[in-house]
Amino acid sequence: MSTKTKTLTKQEAFFEYLVRLADDRLILGHRLSEWCGHGPILEEDIALANVALDNIGHAASLYEYAAEVEGEDRHRDDIVYFRNDPEYKNLKMVELPKGDFGFTIARQFLFSAFSFFLYQGLAKADDEQFSGMAEKHLKEIKYHLRHSREWVLRLGDGTDESHQRMQDAFDGIWTFTGELFYMDEVDELLIDEGLGIDTSVFREDWKNLVTDVLEEATVTVPDFDQYMAEGGRKGLHTEHLGHLLAEMQHLRRSYPDAVWE
Amino acid sequence: MSNSKESNYDTQWPLWEVFTQPRDGKPHEHAGSLHAPDAEKALENARDVYARRKEAVNIWVVQTEDITASTPEDQGPFFDPANDKPYRYPKFYNPPRAVKKRS
Repeated sequence: MSTKTKTLTKQEAFFEYLVRLADDRLILGHRLSEWCGHGPILEEDIALANVALDNIGHAASLYEYAAEVEGEDRHRDDIVYFRNDPEYKNLKMVELPKGDFGFTIARQFLFSAFSFFLYQGLAKADDEQFSGMAEKHLKEIKYHLRHSREWVLRLGDGTDESHQRMQDAFDGIWTFTGELFYMDEVDELLIDEGLGIDTSVFREDWKNLVTDVLEEATVTVPDFDQYMAEGGRKGLHTEHLGHLLAEMQHLRRSYPDAVWE
Repeated sequence: MSNSKESNYDTQWPLWEVFTQPRDGKPHEHAGSLHAPDAEKALENARDVYARRKEAVNIWVVQTEDITASTPEDQGPFFDPANDKPYRYPKFYNPPRAVKKRS
């Protein structure tokens, strides 16, 4: 990596920032799409597919803008289909296998709660196109938060089995929650430019929201100060991302010149 | 233990009827039905199934079993009487010529 510390320009940092945001949403959207046709009930199958499409849509706008900022005439599909896993900068949380319905809901709730605070800040970013995008996506994020929150409450405070599954889901994913608030020189540079958000500002709000919902759902809140896994933002991923990308990129890489007819 | 057996027996949630308002000032219309465990989830499901592409500005959900409907057997006593009382329709009467001219 040659683009570090002093050599990082505003343009490079903004491109990286947009790609990180987009990678989170694309990979999560792909995981959610795996539920299509496998949802626990028809209505929820449709709901999860909708959330998947929203996330992939958010990612598409972000990649498109990233390509524009980069200015090297790349199409967003080039960024999506022709990068390998070390070049993907998503959080480890979103690449984990979809697990059972409880795990998918626990992850969605934690991620949507984080996005809810993040996008309120991004909607005021000092860049009209970026802030407009964030404001538009925030509406859908609010719905994802509502949808997943209501499920956490019902499953956590449901039957013995659903309660245990929610507890296991939160215990299992907890070590990946610290990375939500990871920041490095990319963030620092953009915070100074009024384009990035200092996530430590809303960390307490996020903790309070998560704590309130888990307590209401009778789920024991794991330790926020436990060991946290990181690395996603530097391209160090779990074994699961490579398999996901293999499936997602296979067709495009096999037929790179294919077009919709 | 009994829980899992019961859920194998019947996994369906209650049925809800969905009414969507296409735009402000318009009456709600029946959009369809769906399954949901409770009212909040019924609203969310209704949004995802019937109102995701701006089809509605407002949604009502009501549990199907709470709707009291007339039955096919009611058809005669409820709706037929009007047939042999044509004078109940405004068209039964010929308006005076003076009124016709005005309109």
